[in-house]
Amino acid sequence: MNSISASASDFLRAEHVTMRYGGFTALSDVSVSFPKGQLTAIIGPNGAGKGTLFNVLSGAFPPSEGKVIYEGADITGTPQHKFARLGIAKSFQITNVFPQLSAQENVRIAIQALSCRYDIWSPRSGLKAMQEQAAQLLDMVGLTDHHHRLAANLAHGEQRSLEIAMALACDPRLLLLDEPTAGMSPEETVVMMDLITQLASERTVILVEHKMKLVMGICNRLIVLHHGEFLAEGTPDDIRNNDEVRRVYLGQGNH
Amino acid sequence: MSEIPMNTGEMQVSGRRLSDLVKLVARHRVIAVLAFMSVFPFIMPYEALAVNILIYGLFALGFNMVFGYMGVLSFGHAAFFGMGSYGTGIAIVHFGAPWPVAIGLGVVVAGITAMIMGAMAIRSRGIYFAMVTLALAQCVYYLIYQMSDWSGGEDGLTGVTIGEIDLGVVSFNLLDPTAKYYFMFTFVALAVFIFSRILASPFGAVLEAIRENENRARACGYNVQLTKWITFVISGLFCGLAGALNAIHLSVVPIESLHYHLSGQAVMMALLGGMGTFFGPFVGAMAFLLLEDVITLITIHWQLFLGITFMIFVLFFPKGIWGSILHWVSR
Repeated sequence: MNSISASASDFLRAEHVTMRYGGFTALSDVSVSFPKGQLTAIIGPNGAGKGTLFNVLSGAFPPSEGKVIYEGADITGTPQHKFARLGIAKSFQITNVFPQLSAQENVRIAIQALSCRYDIWSPRSGLKAMQEQAAQLLDMVGLTDHHHRLAANLAHGEQRSLEIAMALACDPRLLLLDEPTAGMSPEETVVMMDLITQLASERTVILVEHKMKLVMGICNRLIVLHHGEFLAEGTPDDIRNNDEVRRVYLGQGNH
Repeated sequence: MSEIPMNTGEMQVSGRRLSDLVKLVARHRVIAVLAFMSVFPFIMPYEALAVNILIYGLFALGFNMVFGYMGVLSFGHAAFFGMGSYGTGIAIVHFGAPWPVAIGLGVVVAGITAMIMGAMAIRSRGIYFAMVTLALAQCVYYLIYQMSDWSGGEDGLTGVTIGEIDLGVVSFNLLDPTAKYYFMFTFVALAVFIFSRILASPFGAVLEAIRENENRARACGYNVQLTKWITFVISGLFCGLAGALNAIHLSVVPIESLHYHLSGQAVMMALLGGMGTFFGPFVGAMAFLLLEDVITLITIHWQLFLGITFMIFVLFFPKGIWGSILHWVSR
């Protein structure tokens, strides 16, 4: 079940990833691959290890064992700040913005990270192109009227959209989203899912989601984890008809 | 601060006009600081106090880059001030270096100290960072204390006099308090200008990003560790310049220049004036030194009153003097 398809088309691949916290094994020998240009969702019930796999893939921490291969190169243990330059961006499960800066400055800082990280002399106000690019990204995620508001004063859903705009700042080839609709109202969720579908048309997207129903309609592939182990993968239809998956999710209410 | 624009021409300033004035000052921060400082000695009881405020204002300004703008509390900034002083003092006393070289050397020595201390401390965070920097600064203190052949040990380093300064076009004597003030002012003015440029730069934006959310800054692609270290070193250079000027101001380097008490003063000045604001450190230094100056005339227990004032500010005006004014204006 855990065989690795080592085809060259694999964009991102986790090989035999195990993650232990003290005596607790959060992930046990998980090998999965993510083809280029697809929207893949990682799902599973509580405690399945989705978050842990996400953190390993996005470089938040290195796995106890195993490797992460991106575009053929081993990126296991690569420092977090180098990910943006590799074309990998992520959004956090818990909203993570710069609260006391304006929405536009939030995005501009994310854009700036690619070009002038250590420029201590030229005036920030002269970076007109960056400001325009930031404004465009804000428009794209639906924050047209909020460019100059402090991030702290935005509604929860708007902050999540702002985070997506910041993730898009490095024009990522791979976008990792950790429960992007967490805490959102049903209306906001619909808007966010539309946005994700749109983003996925131009790049590879990996999405961690607790609610299976939510992603069924939009993703190309699903990976199901259970108790830290790989359970199944396939198209939404495959997963829907998979007996094991149904058993795992059975009695879990309206997922 | 209301001394700056002389052209208002009105004795009664309405609230609205005053608020416009504060906004103007905040917008043209470098010019405002310099305009204020150039007339400063005339409104102070005596010039030595004005020089002190200049020097400690610069010290607190440098400290504020790490504390107010990057949001990292260091308790070791006395080491940079002190090493700036000793670097300059030793160059003059033991090597007879000309004053520009001596000041430059002081700044460089402070920078090197910051590089080493920063490299050792930057991995720790929060209160641990404060404790590690405190411990390292105390190491510097005892190291210099023990090198009494060079540093004068407990008695401090005496004889840091440069007296007559000949610049070709003008020559003046530092024994003249006014000349001394403007000599110091020139250096502080240059430092304030550079400081403002750094804050307004893309790098300045990274400092704010780190203060706001370190994890996010890292995910955006910033090397948080390295940025912190660079900022620590830049901050050390400014504090080192303050120390270098202080050595020349006092003609002696007291061992207290390295004492942790001074690190605490930087924190107090920054908080009193308003952390993370451009003027805050100067306002804080002025409030601190004026209070000290006034209260010591009445009682020797001036620190008690200063402590009470400080606590009142922390509890009721956490934005500090200048920070509160800015907040009031932007309502």
